[in-house]
Order: sequence, then C-alpha cells, then structure tokens
Amino acid sequence: MARRMPPVDVVLVGFGWTASIIAQELTDAGVQVLALERGAWRDTVPDFATDHIQDELRYAVRKQIFESPERETLTFRNDASQTALPMRHLGSFLPAAGVGGAGVHWNGQCWRFLPQDFVIRTHTEQRYGKGFIPEGMNLQDWGVTYEELEPHYDRFEYLCGVSGQAGNVGGQLVAGGNPFEGARQRGYPLPPLERSASTVLFDKAAREVGFKPFPCPAANASRPYRNPLGVQMGQCTYCGYCEWFGCGNYSKASPQTTILPVLLQKDNFHFKTHCAVTRVNTDHTGKRATGVTYVDVEGNEIEQPAQMVVLCAFAQHNVHLLLVSKIGQPYDPVSNTGVVGRNYAYQITSSAEVFQKERLNPFMGAGALGQAIDEFNGDNFDHGPQGFIGGGYVALWNTGGRPILQHYLPENAPKWGAGWKKAMHENYLTACSVVTHGSVMSYRSSYLDLDPTWRDVYGNPLLRLTFDFQPNELKMSGFLTDKAAQIGRAIPGATVHEKKRQGPYSIVPYQTTHNTGGAVMGNDPKTSVVNRYLQSWDVPNLWVMGACAFPQNAGYNPTGTVGALTFWSAAAMKRYLKNPGPLVTA
Amino acid sequence: MRASLARFSQRRMGLRRSLALAGLLLAAVLCSACSPDREPAAPSTVKLGQRMSAGPWGDISRGRYLVHAGDCKACHTAPGGAPFAGDRAIPTPFGTIYSSNITPDPETGIGRWTDEDFYRAMHEGIDRLGNHLYPAFPYPWYTRMSRDDVRAIKAYLDTLAPVRQNHRENELPWPLGQRGVLAVWNGMFFDEGTYRPDPDRSAQWNRGAYLVKGPGHCGACHSDKNLAGATDEDDPLTGGFAEHAFAPNLAGGIRDGLGTWTGQDIVQYLRTGRNGRTAAAGPMAEVIEQSTQYLSKPDLEAIAVYLKSLPATKDASVASVDKDTLGRGAALYVDNCAGCHLGEGQGELGAFPPLRKSTAVQAQSADTLIGVILNGARIPRTEAEPTGLAMQGFADHLDDAQIATLTTYIRNAWGNHAEAVDAGHVEDLRETLRKSPDG
Amino acid sequence: MTPAFHRHLPRLVSFNGQERQIVRHDPARRDFLRLVGVAVPASMVLCACGGRDTGAHGQANAFFAPEEMDFIRAATGRLIPKDALGPGADEAGVPEFLDLQLAGPYGRAERWYMKGPWPRGSNSQGYQLRYTPAQIYRQAIAGIDKHCQAHYRQPFAKLKADQQDEVLHALEDGNVKLGDLHSKTFLDLLWQNTQEGFLADPAYGGNRDFAGWKLIGFPGPRYNYVREIGQYGKPYQQPFVSLIGRAPTAAMAHAAGAA
Repeated sequence: MARRMPPVDVVLVGFGWTASIIAQELTDAGVQVLALERGAWRDTVPDFATDHIQDELRYAVRKQIFESPERETLTFRNDASQTALPMRHLGSFLPAAGVGGAGVHWNGQCWRFLPQDFVIRTHTEQRYGKGFIPEGMNLQDWGVTYEELEPHYDRFEYLCGVSGQAGNVGGQLVAGGNPFEGARQRGYPLPPLERSASTVLFDKAAREVGFKPFPCPAANASRPYRNPLGVQMGQCTYCGYCEWFGCGNYSKASPQTTILPVLLQKDNFHFKTHCAVTRVNTDHTGKRATGVTYVDVEGNEIEQPAQMVVLCAFAQHNVHLLLVSKIGQPYDPVSNTGVVGRNYAYQITSSAEVFQKERLNPFMGAGALGQAIDEFNGDNFDHGPQGFIGGGYVALWNTGGRPILQHYLPENAPKWGAGWKKAMHENYLTACSVVTHGSVMSYRSSYLDLDPTWRDVYGNPLLRLTFDFQPNELKMSGFLTDKAAQIGRAIPGATVHEKKRQGPYSIVPYQTTHNTGGAVMGNDPKTSVVNRYLQSWDVPNLWVMGACAFPQNAGYNPTGTVGALTFWSAAAMKRYLKNPGPLVTA
Repeated sequence: MRASLARFSQRRMGLRRSLALAGLLLAAVLCSACSPDREPAAPSTVKLGQRMSAGPWGDISRGRYLVHAGDCKACHTAPGGAPFAGDRAIPTPFGTIYSSNITPDPETGIGRWTDEDFYRAMHEGIDRLGNHLYPAFPYPWYTRMSRDDVRAIKAYLDTLAPVRQNHRENELPWPLGQRGVLAVWNGMFFDEGTYRPDPDRSAQWNRGAYLVKGPGHCGACHSDKNLAGATDEDDPLTGGFAEHAFAPNLAGGIRDGLGTWTGQDIVQYLRTGRNGRTAAAGPMAEVIEQSTQYLSKPDLEAIAVYLKSLPATKDASVASVDKDTLGRGAALYVDNCAGCHLGEGQGELGAFPPLRKSTAVQAQSADTLIGVILNGARIPRTEAEPTGLAMQGFADHLDDAQIATLTTYIRNAWGNHAEAVDAGHVEDLRETLRKSPDG
Repeated sequence: MTPAFHRHLPRLVSFNGQERQIVRHDPARRDFLRLVGVAVPASMVLCACGGRDTGAHGQANAFFAPEEMDFIRAATGRLIPKDALGPGADEAGVPEFLDLQLAGPYGRAERWYMKGPWPRGSNSQGYQLRYTPAQIYRQAIAGIDKHCQAHYRQPFAKLKADQQDEVLHALEDGNVKLGDLHSKTFLDLLWQNTQEGFLADPAYGGNRDFAGWKLIGFPGPRYNYVREIGQYGKPYQQPFVSLIGRAPTAAMAHAAGAA
C-alpha cells in the first residue's frame, strides 16, 4: 500500500528545463509547487566544476552524465513486422537523469522554428497542393502560431542569455543575421560568440557559393550576463566541453545557471530527488488527475496528491507515463486511431567532412559556436522540383575537439595500425565537418506504445519505439548533404568526404537527442493529446510539456521551441488556476 | 615570519563565523528549499531603517533591523536548528563555546529576562544570574549601543516563538571554565560605555561609527587582537585574524586597504556581497548574507563615510618573489584558475571577482585566499545578487607546495605585491581547516 | 570535503568481484587517492591490497590473467604500433587502462539494460548479447589463443607481427570462431577501447606521457581559449595537461607510493 504524502497544489514530474520554468512561473502566481526528479541533485560546484568536468571518457564515452538504461530504457524496431528489442546501452539519443535534465548537457544551440513550421500542413497544401503530401505522412499544424509564440521565444532567449545576431527585427532585415528567420521583437541579449578558425572557413566558403551564412544562436554567453531574474552567468571561454558535459564556469544556460538560484529560495517551491514517478493517478471518472505515484530512493512506493499534474520529463518519458497511466487513447497504427504515442518523429543528420591544410585548433570551441545557412530549411526554397517536404540547416559547428569522439579521418584512411596513426597525426588539427540537421515528418508507421515483453526496474512495461527513416527524409537529407559538400568543396584545398545518411534508422550511432511527438499538441482531440496550451484533452488538470508536443519535427534543434512553448503554456496555466477547466472546448 | 604569524593566529580568540564550504552550503540550499521552517514573519511592514515612531511596534521593527545589524542570528542558530535557539558550537582557540538560546522560552531562553537584565548582558557582559559571559559574545562592541536600541532588540526577540533548547556546557579547560577569570579579563581589556558622538564630525559619520563600532562589531574580526583575544582599545580595523581566515584592513591602505575603494564600492559590497573589485569570501560571505545586506542605504552610506575616514596605513614593504616561483605559479594559474578569473586575473565583470589589483588578494595575511583555494567559496546569495556563483576547492588537486606557489603568484602577478606564502603554512592551514567543523 | 570527490570514490571492485571500501587512514594518501580517484582509484586500491597476478611488467593486474595481459599487449600494440610518429598503445599504457576499465563498472556493464530474453536482432537494433565487456574479453581472448594454437602452434602474443595482423584481420572479417561471440564484435570492442586508452585523459592510466595527445596535437583539458581562439592558424602554446596536472605519470607514481 503506497504511503500518502500531504497534498500540494501542483506536482511536476521531472526537474529539468520545462519544470524549472513552470515552477518559477507558477510559484510567482502564488501556488505551492513540488518537483519530483528521478535523478540526483546536481550543481555547477561541485558536480560540473572546472577541475574535473573536462573528462571525455567519463561523461561522453561512458555516458555517466546521462540516464542509465539499467533502470529504464525502451525497445526498438524499424517496423511493426519486427520484434522490438531493448536498447541495452545508450546510442542514438542521450536523455538525462538528474536536476537540470538535458539542460545540463546540451550544447546550447537555441533556435526558433520558422513561422511556416507551425502551420506546415496549411502552408504545404496552399503552396504545393494536397497531392504533394505523401501517403502515410501525418502532417499537421501545431495549433499555435509563430506570432503567438514570439514573446515566449524572447523570454526564453533572455532567460538564457543567448548570443547571436538577429536577422529580422520587427520585419526589418538585419545584415549578418539569418534573413529567413521569423520577425523578432528585438535582437539577442548578447552579441555572437567569437568565431573559430573552422567557422571562418565555412563562412567564406558559403559566401563564395552564394549563400548567406550567419552565426548560430548560442546559449553560451559571449559576455558575462545577468538575466531578467537577476541570475548572473559567466562568459564562455571556449573550452570545448559543452555537449555531454555540465558547464564549469556558468556560461552555458541551464536551469542551474538561469533559474534555480532564484527558484530554490522560494517558500512555495520544493523538490525531491531520486523519486521516480511511475504513474499519474486519476479519479474514478478518469477525467481528473489526483496526483502521482512515485518510487523513492529506498524503493518505497509513495502517493503524492496534487490539484494539478504537469509532466516535465523527457519527451518519450512523458509519453510512457501517459501510456502506463492509461490516460488518453493509445495510438493504433492499423486503424490510424488514438493519439497517445502517435506522431513520433526525430531528425535526420548527415555530414560532409572536410580535409584541408590550414591549422584549425578544433579543441577551441563551444557547444553552439557555429556558422550556418538557412537557405534549405523549412520552406525557404521551392520544394516543387525536389519532390520532398521539409529541410534543415547546413552548418559548421565547432563544439570542440575531444580526441576520442571528435576526430575526422579521410575515407581511405586505414581503420587501425600505423596508417590510422598517421591519419590521426595529419588530420586532427585540420579536419572539420559541415553538417546537416534535417527535419523528420510524422508517419502512420512511426509511433510509441508499450512493449509486451520487457519491463523497467519499477515493473512497468518498457516503451516500444517503432521508427524508420522514410524516403521523403532520406531524399531531403541527401539534398542537404549535397549542399554541405558544395560548401565544403569551396574551402581552399579541400577534399570532401560526403557522408549521406542511409536507411534504415539505427539505434546505435549517436545522431541527435531530438526525439519528438507521441503527445502532440493541436486543435483536434482526434489527432492530438494536448490542446494548443499543452493541456490534456482528456484530463484538464494534467499538462504535458516538452518536445513530445511537436506534431512533427522541424529542421532546428528543439530546445528554443520547447522553452517558448513552456512559457506559453505557463501563461495559460495561470489563467487556468483562476478558473480551472478546459481552456479549449473540444 | 609568515608561518609563525599564522600559527600564532590560531591561538587567538576569534568570533564564530563559518567558512563557506561548497558542500555544506549545498546542504543549506537544499534545506532552505525543502524545509517548511522559516523565520517568523515580520511583525510590521515598516520599511527597515526608516525612522520609526515610538511604541512597541516601532521598537519591534527597529529591533529586528538591529538584530540584522548585529548579525545575532549567525551565532545564535545551530546549523539546521531553530533560529535564535542557540547551541551553535563556537570553536575558540581556548575551547568550544556553545551559543545561548535567545528565544523567549522561560526555562532555557530569555523569557524571564527583564529589559534591564538584557541591557546588562549587552552592556556589561553579565547575564541575568550575574555570571560573566565569554567575550565570544561581542559585548565589548555591543556595550556602545544605546539603551533604546538594546531595548528594541529585546522587544523583537520577545516576539519570537519560544524554543526549548538547553544550553550545552562549554568545553573549556581549567581555569578558563571558571567565569571569575572573565572578571579579570574585563578589568584588563573591557571598556564599558555607550558610544559618544564626535561633535566635530557629521551626523552621518557618527552614525557610521556607531554601526561599525557598536552593533556591527566589525573590529571583532577586522582589528588585531592580543594574546588574550582582545582588540586594541581604539579598534583600528587594520586587519585581523578571524577563525582561520584573515579579515582584511578596512583602513585607507592602497594595496591592501580600502584606499582605492569609493564609498559606493563599500555600499555595493555590503549590500550585494560583491562589487567591481572583489567578492566576499570566507566568514564575510556569511556576514553579508545574514547581516549587512539588510541594512538601509543611508546606514550603508554612513558606514562607508566612516570607513573612508580611517587614516591610511602605510603599505608594508615586502620582499619580491623570485622568477622561478612566479613561473611555476603562472603555470598553476593557467592550468587551474584561468577558466574563470581569465588570463590576466581580470575576472569577469559581474561574475567572477578580479584578482588583479585586489586588496583582498594582497591582504597582509593570505589565509583567506589560501582557504578559498583549498576549500572553494561561494559568493554570498543576497536579494540583490541571488546567484551564489561558486568555486570548487583544490585541496584534492594541489599539494601544499603547489598551493603556496600559486598563492604567492596570485599575490605578486599583474602588478600585485604581497608577501610570499610557504608550503608549511599551507600544510598547517589545511590541517586546521580539515579539523574545523566548517572546514 | 566536496561531495563530488566522495562520489568518485565510493566502491571499487577487485578482481574477484568483491567490493572493497578504500581504506582511508593517511590523509596525504587520501588526498592523492582523491586526486587520482577522479579516474583510476582501482590501481591504488589493488596495490594497497596486495594485488593478485603479476604481469610481465611486474605490476599487479586488476582484471587480466598474465596470459590475457600478454595477448592485450600484443594485440593493442598492433592496433596502434610504435613507430617513427611515437609510442604505440603498449608504450602508452593502453593495456593497463583496459585492465582497470574491465575491472570497474564499465567491465561489469553496470549501466546497461541486461534483462532477458535475448533474441537476435537486426544491426539497427544494436547490442543484444548477454555478455558484459569483461566477459567478452575473457571469452574472446581464450578463443583467439585457441585459434592461434590451432593455426600457428603458438598463442597470439608469440606470433610474428604480420601473423598477428593476419589474425586481427580475420577477427575483423568475422572469420575466427569464438563460440557464440562474433569475432568482429570483439575486434570492434577492442579497437574502440584501445582508442579510448590511447586518447583518454592520462589519469585513467593510458595515454601515458600524453602519447596520444602529442600524436594529434590536443593540449588536454584547458578551460580558457579566449585569447587564442581568434589567432587563426597559430599553434597553441601551452604545454600538455591532464586532469591531474602536467606530470600525470609522476602524480600517479606518487599516489601509488603513498598508497
């Protein structure tokens, strides 16, 4: 029998970016908020301190900064005809455990999606006709527009101290920025990061080809920064250990470096670590959440009653909780009905590795230090002749030069032996990689449900992922990779190794941790789990944050949009608190 | 000379303040985030520091303000314990003293004390039963407070929820356990008497002097002390050892005093825990968090006026450091410190304190700096600056010789100039801090 | 003192899998254990506990039996040979690195999901063996030496370099029978771990005297390139550094001595 804790107003499942934002906003509104985090407490000092954080083996290779599959993982298959098998160790994507969530180990690549991304179905049909959308693609609008989200993007960027160059302020194009971005109300809070040798090469080459490169928006502070909450960040020193590491000098935005110093002082905020939520509880009607059940560090099952429940875990963990809690109708790919688990999507990446002679010192870098072009993202170009939907940016990121995982060798270099050694010697300091970061649309055949065989350490069935790259995405990615190679070849003296992404999708090599969908937002309860404010259609006092709300994935890193959606949802929650009930009538 | 001075310092009476240790503070943050126990709500909405009307409510508000000014809570609250219920272990060079319960509990607190009893304690260092109090309780400073102010403090303390918390026996060797010894001590070192304003000075200057010499008891740390733990009569604030740290010179020295600070620098430092020149570390971090950040702007400005009026001390001449040591120190600096304090010790404005031209770095004693390098530090969390940027300790990374070399380098690089540190001294301090409950 | 360091240290596993708590008496030794404890506490503990086997280099192994260590030295020495460009894997301490890694949580697959059943999957479904890395090494080395005895009448370590390369290529091509273990799986794992040992921080026992980093020009964990990042094309001037300083080998020897 689960022990019962005293009730709270709001319980948050997880304590990463979205929970920190929601907690900050709702405690300001005067309610009592409790966050339950399955991982450990972590802070800059001592956990990410400069004396030990630059440890590639420990954090990036042995993956000690991420969640441990030993406790919970998922099973995976490419299509429904296969038996899904457990992901036994991490590979393709790297969710977090611990306070701060993936906000601790991200790179800080903090983008806005394009205005058309939010209305992609309407836009595509208008420009290319209904017949342009392939059979089986569940393309749908978000239910929220870029214009509605713009103030919330702005808040997130100013919270994080994003360094960048605006390209479109209030409809006026600004030289040096991304000319394709949606109109923003003002520039970034900080100027762009310094450029590294390799991003300078990319910039020159891209210009030569005729593109308009710009500095990528970086939640790595180019200057010391004090955010609107009064929290002080340090300046980035280009140590090259952002992604897969915590930041040791307070210069990468994370919940710890932007919100927690203020949030943790509040009387009406509490959090507990090592508490894994295993279920969202509902009353006998199934229409009202009564709280959550969690397992504490000693294995005790504990019930936490709450007036309102907000799922703030990683995208697929939120979906998993909905499924094991039997909230909402699970998706059935055969009949194409049901919503929970529907529209899982990902991103498709590829690269063109560049071998040239100039010394680049790749180890001087930052997680979001990069130059990009956006000519081929979203619908910034005519898709008619291409015959695919979607796009992505082409960029050169100089995230670092960590020797085990961040080195590039020519195509013909021996895999091992003296030839490998020679290739390492000759290329480490001079090679670089132009990458593509492409959208993935949602399909009937890509979804999440519960696995019939394997269970997690808490006894719940594992989540089952059924996903593969579809011809539309492989075609699009191939197109982008050619553009990347074109830029690479414009670098003087360059030999380019074009590495197109091939199907099938594999869970083994790291690609991105940009898993989306499964609890998508929208205006129709038949095709979405939450309404446009991220409020559950079925259980109005349950809200679901994060990238699981994306109806399909766009061609940018998702954190900026996750942050904006969270602020947008928090504003709606404040209205809800005054007058609880569904904010949208189905 | 340096090592012997510091060893000597460890035998000195110092007031109890905590050296901020990252781990401990982390626990404190967690406690404050998770604990329902909070300081009782203020009984009045009168703005702190404003002139208040007479009567009980005015007294209470003023009392609460003065309790902040006197930093009473710091000593009278045990880690994790009820505020003002005492029982905090106060290690002195002579033994451990436990702070008393000053909540109005009749049995174990001051519930039965009259205003007069309380005034006598504050003014003479003698409790309700006539026993001498140990001067770890800073009555040699509180004696300068006005009767009205002391009554206001009592009025505020009377509004607290009574907490039953017995006073633990002090752990002092004979004959120090005999309170009669204190009568002798008082006879030799204690000058009873309320602060008398200097008619030749402004009201602002006098207010500052009153706060510094009275409730603020700044000299308890910032003035030199004799073998018996007593400060000079004139309380010169030219620096002194406090616990295992060094409270720097507050007089007008250029290199290690406040000579280059503006009044605004002082105000900002006391209000926020930092300014463009430095950030508080060591025991002062706690003083700012618990005390000075709550002082009104006029009072902080008065303190600044008073401190800026102190006569400049002559910078002591120190021997220059050999090139080899500086070279090795520079290497250690680049490897361990430059990530935050940057290549030239310039720090990051608003974030990490500069080391270049820092008076704290060039203080007469390097003990605070060594303590920070060993055990890390956290910039105070104040209402104005909530972040609490922290630095890890290097006790596990650097040995005594390396820390001595690094400290010497930081004190003599980029135009800094201060006495070198030897490894033996670091070894002593490491050992002392390891044994200290906060260390 | 700082919780992070306590977290690095708490439990270590000796060869036979029994957990031992580090004995902490001597504060100086503790400091060094902590210092090195970021990475390689096991070596110190095992030294302190008397160790087990003594390998060719006269040091105690944490995981490998002497004949296994002979294989590892020979095999990693072919994967990254010593040549004009500098030390190879053996000279760089890769065998010692592997020994420590396999004796620790990585060798035990401590963070992996290891619940059955264990059906075979497609390549895109990733690793589906019930073996931990330590078990793979143990089984594979025995199988390879058996293969070498059958084909060359010598264990792998005694073969000539070109014969060793021949065997490694055969492993890579999946042509050596290792029971239910595909030989390419082992070769891939060995190669991955060998690179790790050659390029990870020297605090882990490999990359001795920065052999791997010197080969490629990586200066080590440095936290500040503000001044240098805009100096395009210029070599970085600061010397190599590890998480335990500029002379990690000396620091570790000191620690072992203190232990």
